[in-house]
Amino acid sequence: MGIYEVLFWFLTIMAIGCALGVILSRNPINSVLFLIATFFAISGHYLLLNAQFLAIVNIIVYAGAIMVLFLFVIMLMNLNADVEPQKSKLLQFAGMIAGGILFLVILAALRTASMSTIDKEATDIGLIANLGKVLFTQYVLPFEISSVLFLSAMIGAVVIGKKEDHVIEGAE
Amino acid sequence: MPIQYYLFLSMALFCIGIMGTLMRRNAIIIFMCIELMLNAVNLLLVAFSKMYVDASAQIFVFFIMVVAAAEVAVGLAVIVMMYRKVHSVDINILNRLKH
Repeated sequence: MGIYEVLFWFLTIMAIGCALGVILSRNPINSVLFLIATFFAISGHYLLLNAQFLAIVNIIVYAGAIMVLFLFVIMLMNLNADVEPQKSKLLQFAGMIAGGILFLVILAALRTASMSTIDKEATDIGLIANLGKVLFTQYVLPFEISSVLFLSAMIGAVVIGKKEDHVIEGAE
Repeated sequence: MPIQYYLFLSMALFCIGIMGTLMRRNAIIIFMCIELMLNAVNLLLVAFSKMYVDASAQIFVFFIMVVAAAEVAVGLAVIVMMYRKVHSVDINILNRLKH
């Protein structure tokens, strides 16, 4: 077992354990912290798979920006108390069975499939220069469209989150 | 390293996300489980990108991250709005939307 396998199993156990922590912890703050740990484990997997740029972007965008947004919302709403009402035991059990059976079905379907293995030799397709070339030649139109998506998401978030003062005054 | 290991890892993460979505009542936790599912798919795409030595899959991961960021911005705004109206993020309160 080389260093690659050791790192792979360490990151795998960390990812699955922290993902279980996300759904099992009662406190939303703990859930957010577990999810950040999961994202770091997934970034480690990206590094093992020679996707260096995506590993950095994953940490910056997900662990840095998105999860901080979640933390802001949870702390602004003062939700960090353990007051969340739980679903009934039957519903929780049904949800666990549903997810587990989906996992088992796909596992059984793909267990005997013959697929090639990943060779450990380093490739340089994950470097920012190569990804940039592909992004700005082959996928330049989706790139531009995603900027429109961001603009509409920004406007939508502002419009939805805005306090409707005049409506409240009119209602009262 | 067989590709099956990455396949099963990302599948396990995806199913954990589904379980969390079905088991919890806090809207923010459900939202985080959706992020977890998106990340499981990202991991699988990167593994296939390494297997086929093709950069397109990593570009798709990039676009999934873009869409996830936009989704989080709008979704959290909706959750904040809901909290302002009903002072809770319990999704069972949203049951009344069907009436």
